[in-house]
Amino acid sequence: MTPTVQAPGRALPGPAAGRRPRPGPRRATGRARFRAGPYLLIAPTVVIIGVLILYPIGQLFWMSFHKIGSREARGAAPAENVGWDNFRTVLGDGFFWKVLVNTVVSAAAMVALTLVLGTLVGLLLNRLGRKMSLLVSSGALLAWATPGISAAIVYKWLFTPGGGLIPWFLELLPDGLAGSGWDDYNWFGSRGTTYVVLVLCVVWQSFPFIAVSVLAGLKSLPGELYEAARVDGAGPWRTFWQITFPLLRPVFLVLTVLSIIWDFKVFTQLYFLAGGTANRDSFNLAMYAYSAAVAFPAKYGLGGAIALILTVILLVFTGFYVRVLVRQGEVA
Amino acid sequence: MTVEARPSGGRRRAGRAGGRSRAGRAALNGAGLLVFLFAVFPVFWMVMTAFKTDEDINADVPLPVPVHWTLGHFRKVISGQGLEFGLFHFFLNSAIVALATVVVSALVGLLAAYAVARTRFRGRAAFLVMLIIVQMVPLEALLLPLMLNAQRLQLLNSLTGVIIVYIGSSLGFSILMLRGFVAAVPRQLEEAAALDGASPRTVFWRITFPLVAPGLVATGIFSFVTAWNEFVIAFAFLKDQQTYLLPLTLSYHFGRTQVEWGSIMAASTLFTIPVMIFFLIVQRRMVSGLVAGAVKG
Repeated sequence: MTPTVQAPGRALPGPAAGRRPRPGPRRATGRARFRAGPYLLIAPTVVIIGVLILYPIGQLFWMSFHKIGSREARGAAPAENVGWDNFRTVLGDGFFWKVLVNTVVSAAAMVALTLVLGTLVGLLLNRLGRKMSLLVSSGALLAWATPGISAAIVYKWLFTPGGGLIPWFLELLPDGLAGSGWDDYNWFGSRGTTYVVLVLCVVWQSFPFIAVSVLAGLKSLPGELYEAARVDGAGPWRTFWQITFPLLRPVFLVLTVLSIIWDFKVFTQLYFLAGGTANRDSFNLAMYAYSAAVAFPAKYGLGGAIALILTVILLVFTGFYVRVLVRQGEVA
Repeated sequence: MTVEARPSGGRRRAGRAGGRSRAGRAALNGAGLLVFLFAVFPVFWMVMTAFKTDEDINADVPLPVPVHWTLGHFRKVISGQGLEFGLFHFFLNSAIVALATVVVSALVGLLAAYAVARTRFRGRAAFLVMLIIVQMVPLEALLLPLMLNAQRLQLLNSLTGVIIVYIGSSLGFSILMLRGFVAAVPRQLEEAAALDGASPRTVFWRITFPLVAPGLVATGIFSFVTAWNEFVIAFAFLKDQQTYLLPLTLSYHFGRTQVEWGSIMAASTLFTIPVMIFFLIVQRRMVSGLVAGAVKG
């Protein structure tokens, strides 16, 4: 709330101190204060993003209302406007809902696990001694820096039947504890277990960012509050929920929305873990949109509808994110 | 981040040490060790597998470290087993694509970041919101129109086409991140130079630019890593082996019926090393950059 009030206040010095060493009338006459400078500076960006992102989104929109095969895409035949038919086909297909469930459930698991683990590690880093903190954060950096492809390949190797470490280890455990038959169990044969590995892999890569952001937030908090809490005899659980969490709520909000957006569109890791697009059972929305784009025979209109649905879902989350930022006075 | 983390952590610990039992501290350190192992283990396993002989890899009991160390897998991968070219060729392709992306998005991005950080203009908020939105749209969703356009412009199967798409996808992030670095340069410095009679161009190149340079490096490394790791566009655009990027060579080895784990781990290790190095370089700016740039919008 306060930041919203502050934002315009902070903005005020802008024009006043705006005697930047830029050409142009320094003292414009109150009314038409149009200065070309900033617009020239952002023009290349607007052109690039317009051509490479906004125009394709427009095309996606157009395509999703037309029937487009490879002939229409080449321009050899005019595309027929089919109205909402593509959307009806996609949404009327039980498969879409299966894909949606895959996407939502896995993203929810990833977001929850990443946030909990990341926050715990952030709190831990804040309490650890100098050397231990350096050790842990260096390790986390390693996980964070691993490219998605490499991460997926390593996790696939760890879970590969007949050679992978995890099946061997599970087989080693007493049967009463872990069951048996793990040695030849194919983790990537069914979508449930594929997603278990996927969630693990994504959480492994993304908890360090949360941990580091939470740590940065923790360092900005006043120590006196914690002193007071300790004097009052509050345990760590109460201290977290009554002091840390409320104070860091904006940080958590942003991290949650960002995680949702990122985990909703996981592609590379799933592509490698599931072994390409052969196993449709394990599709999520990003994978579905991708497979529709490269499918043969081409049904580009249908593919466009799927991609547009994914884009719209992400835009809803993005809109929420932007609102949070605006309310915190970050965008003004 | 780690360096900054230490003083306050140390102080707090010193303040509380009296009240905390030795067992409590041991538990904390134990938890730290667990997190460390969880984070490091997969990378460790990848590198160790790359150095194992096929015999060791297929041993009944997985070995933590190779019994017989070998460079054979690295040799095979570098010479380009099964592919028309050796690894160096693909390394070069990837480096060209990532560098071109970085240079353009840094230059164009700096201009826009300067405008956003230093001036108030009508449509500024809309521009910022557009950047945030653009950053969130997945390339997988845009693949279809991008491919059709590239096909029409004869940009499929060319590094240029991929570079152009990467510029579009990394520009928004570059601007949001650079904006924070530009804003951190004290305005008074520029004004003082201007008062001393320096021309706007001189002010920018002699005062602003040197101070923004570290931020430019951090941002550039970020775009570099993103372009280096990207898979979908490269996979859809590049079909000719001559144009393959490193992720494609990985997927090439991976797509076979019999995965040669030693080779693929060696390739994956070589692919990961540059990213690790870059992350180490920017790690301290990572938090300030991401939090101030990406998160702060």
